[in-house]
Amino acid sequence: MEWLEMSRWSPYLVGAGIGLLSCLTFLLSDKPLGCSTAFARSSGMIERIFRGRKASLRPYFQKFAPVVDWEWTLVVGVIIGAAISAKLSGSLAATWVPDKWADTFGPAAAPRLAVAVLGGILMGLGSRWAGGCTSGHGISGTLQLAASSWLAVACFFAGGVAVAMLIFHVLGG
Amino acid sequence: MLTGLHSKKGAQLALGLLAGIVFGFLLQKGGATQYDVIIGQLLFEDFTVVKIMLSAVVVGMIGVHLLRSLGLAQLHPKQGSWGSILIGGLLFGCGFATLGYCPGTVAGAVGNGHLDALIGGVGGILLGAWLFAVLYPRLQATILNKGDFGDITLPQLLKVNAWYVVPPAAAGLVGLLALLEWAGL
Repeated sequence: MEWLEMSRWSPYLVGAGIGLLSCLTFLLSDKPLGCSTAFARSSGMIERIFRGRKASLRPYFQKFAPVVDWEWTLVVGVIIGAAISAKLSGSLAATWVPDKWADTFGPAAAPRLAVAVLGGILMGLGSRWAGGCTSGHGISGTLQLAASSWLAVACFFAGGVAVAMLIFHVLGG
Repeated sequence: MLTGLHSKKGAQLALGLLAGIVFGFLLQKGGATQYDVIIGQLLFEDFTVVKIMLSAVVVGMIGVHLLRSLGLAQLHPKQGSWGSILIGGLLFGCGFATLGYCPGTVAGAVGNGHLDALIGGVGGILLGAWLFAVLYPRLQATILNKGDFGDITLPQLLKVNAWYVVPPAAAGLVGLLALLEWAGL
């Protein structure tokens, strides 16, 4: 089982695997792969801890109830699956700052965390605004040939490329 | 369709978990749980992410449309409007580059041990998603439905059977991947 211990697989093999997995989830669960709704539901669960039932009355949580569903367990599964893969290849390790960030902005954890929180907020807001993320629109939506998803993925990459260039070539240059 | 299985709640939660484990495993093996790989894509230095996404779309597009033609699956295209997709998509893109993970790969990165993904990523996305829930009534009344085009698919837009679109789209995406390889990217 040496191949399970390899640190990287061909991106084409990985992509084909994700494509086959999509077919299986359509067949067995009538669901496209997607991840960002689970974060919206979780934010509602957290608000419910502080505000009780009042949180569930928000119109958005009426639409996406703060409960555990198929997609929520999917996201938990992603954490587990990635941990298994990393463990098998010996790359499971706690790190605070990614190498590429450290090369440009230094190894201190605080700046990276502050920028990551800001990025996370934009992403949480944007994914719900657009109704999906890189998996829900980017893979599942485009493979269904949905017009909304092809437009969304173009916007994801247009915004992403522009800001990545700004961060690494202007601010970090 | 396997409607009996689809309506079994416990079985579905287990299937979701199982699908997630496979998805996370594949993302990690592909390198997509790494900040460096995702940022490398956005800087056009590393094309791993595009290679994974396009191969997934080619295989999934053919497979899901086959299942649909066999009566074993139905499509779930997302609703869209210019106000939601254009603005939300660009906001997402800014977050994508700033965080360096997306909602799926951030979960994988947490499994991989990356604490910037756990604290910054998961914490930030939860906060952003909650912020959207708070703003939702106001956004819904103003911008989200601007230029609504519904859940239309490209074959519907072209007024043709999906099988007139799937093979050329698959060929085009494979051609794009071949071009990337040819260019040595």
